Order: sequence, then structure tokens, then C-alpha cells
Amino acid sequence: MADEIVERADGSEDLVLVGIQRRGVQLAERLGRVIATREGVNVPRGALDITLYRDDLQTVGPRPIVGKTEIPWAIDGKTVCIVDDVLYTGRTIRAALDELADFGRPARIMLAVLVDRGGRELPIHADVVGRVIDVPRGGRVDVCVTELDGRDEVTMVIAGEET
Amino acid sequence: MTEHRDIMLRGGRLLDPSSQLDGVGDLLIRAGKVEAFGGNLGTPDGAQVIDCAGPVVSPGFIDVHCHLREPGREDVETILTGARAAAAGGFTAVCAMPNTDPVTDNQAAVGFVLKQGRAAGAARVYPIGAISIGQKGERLAEFGEMVHAGAVAVSDDGKPVVSAQLMRTALEYARTFGIPVADHCEEPTLAAGGAMHEGYVSARLGLKGIPAEAEEIMAIRDILLARLTGGHVHLCHMSTKGSVELIRWGKERGIPVTAEACPHHLSLTEAMVEGYNTNAKMNPPLRTAVDVEAVQQAVKDGTIDVIATDHAPHHNDEKQREFSDAPNGIVGLETALAVNVTWLVKSNIIPLATLVERMSCAPARLFNLPGGTLRRGAVADITVFDPDQAWTVDPAGFLTKGRNTPYGGRILHGRVGCTLVDGRIVYQRMG
Amino acid sequence: MSAPLGKDLLGLEHLSAEQISLILDTAEPLREISERAIKKVPTLRGATVVNLFFEASTRTRISFEFAEKRLSADTVNVATAASSVAKGETLVDTAKNLEAMKIDMVVIRHASSGAARFLAERIESNVINAGDGTHEHPTQGLLDMLTLRRKFGTLRGKRICIVGDVLHSRVARSNIWGLTKLGAEVAVCGPRSLLPNAMAEFGVQIFDRVEQAIEWADALNVLRLQLERMQSGYIPSLREYNRVFGITQERLDRAPRDLVIMHPGPMNRGVEIDSDVADGPHSVILDQVTNGVAVRMAVLYLLAGNAPALAEAAKGGDRQ
Repeated sequence: MADEIVERADGSEDLVLVGIQRRGVQLAERLGRVIATREGVNVPRGALDITLYRDDLQTVGPRPIVGKTEIPWAIDGKTVCIVDDVLYTGRTIRAALDELADFGRPARIMLAVLVDRGGRELPIHADVVGRVIDVPRGGRVDVCVTELDGRDEVTMVIAGEET
Repeated sequence: MTEHRDIMLRGGRLLDPSSQLDGVGDLLIRAGKVEAFGGNLGTPDGAQVIDCAGPVVSPGFIDVHCHLREPGREDVETILTGARAAAAGGFTAVCAMPNTDPVTDNQAAVGFVLKQGRAAGAARVYPIGAISIGQKGERLAEFGEMVHAGAVAVSDDGKPVVSAQLMRTALEYARTFGIPVADHCEEPTLAAGGAMHEGYVSARLGLKGIPAEAEEIMAIRDILLARLTGGHVHLCHMSTKGSVELIRWGKERGIPVTAEACPHHLSLTEAMVEGYNTNAKMNPPLRTAVDVEAVQQAVKDGTIDVIATDHAPHHNDEKQREFSDAPNGIVGLETALAVNVTWLVKSNIIPLATLVERMSCAPARLFNLPGGTLRRGAVADITVFDPDQAWTVDPAGFLTKGRNTPYGGRILHGRVGCTLVDGRIVYQRMG
Repeated sequence: MSAPLGKDLLGLEHLSAEQISLILDTAEPLREISERAIKKVPTLRGATVVNLFFEASTRTRISFEFAEKRLSADTVNVATAASSVAKGETLVDTAKNLEAMKIDMVVIRHASSGAARFLAERIESNVINAGDGTHEHPTQGLLDMLTLRRKFGTLRGKRICIVGDVLHSRVARSNIWGLTKLGAEVAVCGPRSLLPNAMAEFGVQIFDRVEQAIEWADALNVLRLQLERMQSGYIPSLREYNRVFGITQERLDRAPRDLVIMHPGPMNRGVEIDSDVADGPHSVILDQVTNGVAVRMAVLYLLAGNAPALAEAAKGGDRQ
């Protein structure tokens, strides 16, 4: 995935990796480390919490926990690669695009996800995909990362049954 | 007035501490008087028979402290609605405090209250005249003329008599006419701006408190002035442990002091204010559990002579205010008996006979009023009630115009079945 | 998420430690928004917030207004002089009128204790207490706690002394409840005439001398002394107050450790606090102001949409 990101970004020079809270942040960090090893360039990393940009806040009941947003450098003119664990409806990415716009005007924004499970509700697609898994509506894909969950794992749940 | 018809109260528990009467029997009323009582009286021709099997038949309750708001605030209560509410609560007579608008501080005003009371045809209404003109605490009102017109006591209730000199003079002057001077004990600088009892609850709620001492300082002042003058001082709505201790001290020394306590101070604590409940706002305020217990004991041992309601109706709009801006007072005429039975008799603090003494015999004696006894020949002011009957307080069903009660929704014990004044039924509960 | 706040924020007394922590934890990341070039997130877009101020206040109102605007809410300010309140309209009527205009939240500041609760019980909108009489000022308590927590890392075991007119202070009450719930030790210090008689029942220590308080504490929260307290006879003079209870550098110099100094503002320099202390290296008074916006954003965010009607609607639409 790291190679593909660098390739699609036309090199790592102006590349910035922004992970979406949570798990996207850890994935961005890991991708950054891989890129550093391969390319010898330390790509800047940031974190984005999109909670405050969600379009369903008036209906979700108890407020979701707000995570940390950290974009410690100007993103104007950069190629920003948003990193997330699972791409589903596309609404999270929509919110992330809105939030990024409040930080500046990147030359280009890309999207890299570990899993694309289908089921889009918005015209959004990923530039780099780790794996495509077709999960029916109602099912769930859980990505675990060692940093948060103690293990690296992708599980798929369909109608309550673990596979 | 229509002709009196004989009334036979059949088979009730005749309970009259004034004549040490307590037993099941019949009571015959003729021409507005108690004609006879005893087991199995014959029923005279044409007499109306009321079956009292189960209930208690006692001398009618007398409330020496209520606010009927007329003249001035007829939107909140009138003498008519107040007297009807009183009858529904088992009261055969009430004493109306003079803090109306205008103040009952002259013989014409006293006459007006009496006239309205008679027209109501429910509980008797006795006016209490003001101590000072306009209750301003400056110049004595004309006690003599007011007594001549029918006033039974004097009081500036609602406000304390701030000047010790004025209180002294009032006590001296009242002796001439043989009436009690009833004082609202509140040291005004300590109580200024207070909205509830001063303590932990007031500190937590951020409400200015009224310390118990504000009441106690005035209580002991009045007791000492009664000692000085020999005048009969009657201390209104005593609410603290300290106050009853001071009264006890005075009585032990033979000082002519009598005192009343209110049902709410015998049942509720400052905790009722939690949530800024304006129906728990009154003056004196609800105190601590320790105070409630001390006042209950004082009712038991006679330190507190009478239980009076301090019935104080207010408009709902006025009570629907920020707590500190809401007016003081709650209605009490229609809940007094049940509150007293529930908190004092059912909890075995006092026997029912003591309650009748405090609600009927003692008030009649202290304020020189007819009633308060079932003796042969006495005026037939009688209350028939069932101390065991449970009911749920529904303010919407009150006869008073006021709905401001902290007891709404509570299940209480003790319900009035029938109230007779001057040998006539003025209230009879349906169903 | 385990401890939702409910419809209103009326005080800290009846909140749990979890609820208070939730607010502080939420405020923490929200601080960053105020650092951005575009200091605005769309969270409360379309929501209407009324700032109903029956009592003069500059700081609290502005802080709330910033918080509301940074969350994209539409705000309307109602101040006493400009409203029908001056014409004798009751709080009930004011509330019903606001409700009829379909508002979502009300921030209320009122001189009567219990006024916020009074309003909350009568309208569907979320109500935030911005200070009611001498009862509570929960957002001030929360911002004080956030400031201390950021300074110390934790509140547990930390010793905070509130200095001054506790009797008339809603800030003191909110501080006492909040700090004790999160495990801090709390003391008060001030002239006994300005402490509630029942102070000990709050479970706090009482220091009569400010020197003792300084020796004991890790942080001082210095309350504003309302100048009218002297006119109404609670203390003989401001001069003497400063002499006996004023927080001066000289007094702090004798402390066994550096004390964090807080003040809810506005300060009476030279009365309860000296300028060299207020502007000194251990003063966090301006951090309090910064944190105030974040805490209020957190409260607005956490309460918004918690109205019963919305909660009902929310049961329909759950998604991953």
C-alpha cells in the first residue's frame, strides 16, 4: 500500500499522511514508517477526528467521544493522503474532506483504506485499497491494530455470526 | 335563620378532653346546643339522624391563625371560600389575621370581617385586630373598639412587632380587655432576605437562610415582656427546638405565655425545599428533623398549647416564581386534621384526645371562644371525623381558592365526615 | 458515552465523577479548534442558542458566545435591559415565548438561585446554567477543573483552597462539588462572616488564616470580593480584607511549594489578589479563560440533541 501511495502521489516529496481517528491514525503511522524505510523520507503525519463534522449528530443519541485532531503544519499545496481502516458509506470521508478544507487548500487529496467493504452512499472512492471485501448491509467489519487492541486482525461479522 | 331541627349523632366515639369524655354513644343537638349525650338516647320525633358508627364525634376544631385575604386579595381567597374550606377541614371556627388590604385595624374593618363571616354560613369567622395601625409597628390600634366590635385577639402577624416598647404597651393595654396579643416572632435584621431555614440545605441551594435564632430571640423577648407586664402573649407558629425550650422555661415560671405550632412544622423538614419547591416556602420556614421532633414533643407535653394552620393561600402565578421571589405560605385548612393524625397520632406521639385538645379545647379556652367542648348546654359546634380513613390529597378538589400545598398527592389518614356549627350541618362529605 | 449528561447542565452537585470527566475529556481536544486559522466546526450548524442574561456579565457571556459560534450555532443574546423582563414579564412567560420561537438551547444567567432549574423544568430545550444566584456556576467549576487537571495531570489527591467570599459564591459551590468528586482535597479560607454557617457539612477543611491555607495547598482559587459586601457589613473594610486575606507575593514566598493561582475574574487587584501574583509565573488565570471556551464547547456539544424528542427520533437511525 505504501508503494502505491507514493506512486500515486508522484513521489513522497509533498506527501502528507492524515489518519482518521481512530485506527486510521495508527495505519497512517505504520505506512509512514514503511515509506521512510523504502524511500528514506520521513513523511509528515497528522490525525483527524471527524466527530464534529458528522452529518448525523442530531440523531445519534449519546454524543460520540471527540478525539484529537492534530495537523501541525500547513497543508496548502501538499498532497494529502487520508488514511482510514474501513471505507463503507463514504460519510466519514466526506466529513474528513470538510475538515481538511478548514485547515487549508491542499493541491490534491487522496484516500487510502485497509478495507473497502462496499455499500457507498456518497460518490467517493479510494485511491489505494488494501483489500476489497463484500459485506452485506447489516454486517460489520472490525479492524484491530496492536497499538489500540493488542493485536492486528480484521474480522467480519454478518448478521451476528463471526467468520 | 331557619328553625333548628334536632340532630342525633348516632353511635359515634364521643371524644371530648374538656369533659374527660371518651366513649361510644349518641349525642343529641337541639336548638343549636348540646342537649344530651350518652349510650342509646331515644330519637325525638323529626330529628335528623346521622350515623356516626366508626367515626369520632368531637368538639369542633378552632383555628386561631389563618389568612382569609378579604378584603384586598379576593382573587386568592374570600371569607366565604375560606370559611367553607375551614368547614371542610372540620373547623367550626377560624380566627382571621388582620394583614389584609386594608389592614383590620379599626372597628369598622372588624365589623366587615364578622359580617362576611356570618354571610358565609360555614365555619364561624372571628376577626383578629391589628396591634398597630396599618401593622406599621408604630402606634397602637384601638383595641377597645375592635374588641367591642368583635375582635378576639390582636396581632401584627405577617410581621413581627419590632419595637420592644410597642410590644410592652400592647401587652399591658390588652390586659384591660382580656385578649391575647399574638406575635409573629422574627428578629427582622437576622431574617432579612431569608428564603428558608439557615443550614446545610440553604447553603447548598444558595438560598439566604433564616436562622432559628431569629425566631428564638423574639420568642424570649416576648416571654420576658409577658413577665414584665402580666399580659397574655401568644406566640404564633413556633418552629424550633430552641423556641419550645424557651416557652417551657417561661411556663415553668408561671409567665402568661401560650404558643401554637402549625401542622407543616410538625411534619415536614427543610429537605422539602430541595428542587426549589415554592410550596415548601413559608415563614417561619420548614426546619430540621431535630426541630420537628422537638415541636412534636412540645405538642405532646403541652408546651405548645394549640395547633393552628397559618392557612395562607396564594395565587398559582405568584408561587410559580423563582424561589426567592415566591411568597411565603401554604394552605392548610383542609389538610390540618389529616396531617396531624398522620404525623402525630398514627405515629404514636400523641393520643387522639390530645389532638382534639390542641385543635379544639385549648384554642377555645385561650381565645375565650364558644365551643371546644361537648358539655350539656354548650354550643353545638361539632366535628365528626374518621381518623383511620386514608385519602389522597388532591389540591384541585380543595374548597379554598389556594392550591399551594406541599402535601399534594400524598396519602394521609384522617378525614372529616361532617361539620356542625351552631347545631347546623355546614359541611358533609359526599361518598 | 457511558454517562450521558441528560437534557440540562444545572450544576455539578448532582453529576457523577464519570459525567464530569466526560465533559473535561471532551473539552481537551476542543481546545485545538481555537488554535486553527478557521476557528469553526459545523457541529451545531442550524441550532439556535439563546444567551439569556438577567444579570450583567461580560466574560461568561462572551465565552459562551465564542463557544457557540465556534460550533456554528446561531446565537441570540438577550440581556435584561433590552428585554421585556424589565417590563415585569415573569420568567415563565419569557421561557414560553422563547420556546415558541423554536430554539434549541438556552444559556441562562440569573440572580435567583434555582432559576436555571426553574427554566429547565418548564421548557423542552436544553438549559445550561451560566450562574444562578449564589447556587452554582457549573461551567466555571469545570473550566477551573480543566485548568488544574492540565496543570497537575490529575486532580486526585491535589489540595485546592478556595479563598474569599464562599457564602455568596456560586463558583465556590461548583468547585467544591466538582473537585471533591474527582478526588481532590478541598479547603476554604475566608472571614467567617463570609463562610456559610454549615460550611463543615460540605466536607471541606476550613482555614481561618490565609497563611495556613497557603502552607497546605497546591493551588488557590481566589474568589472575587464583591465590593458591596463591605457596604452590607460583612467585612469592615477592603483595606483590612487585603491585609488579612489578600493573596500577596510576600505570603506566597513563604509557601513550602509553588502554588498555582486561579481567579474566576474579574479581579479586584489590590483587594483579594495583588497584581504581581495575578500576573506572576504561577498564575493560570488566562489559561482559565482559554479553557472556558473549550469547556463550554464541550457542554454545548454533549447536551445538544439530548432533548427528549430528539432522543426518541434517534432510536430510528443507527449506523456504523
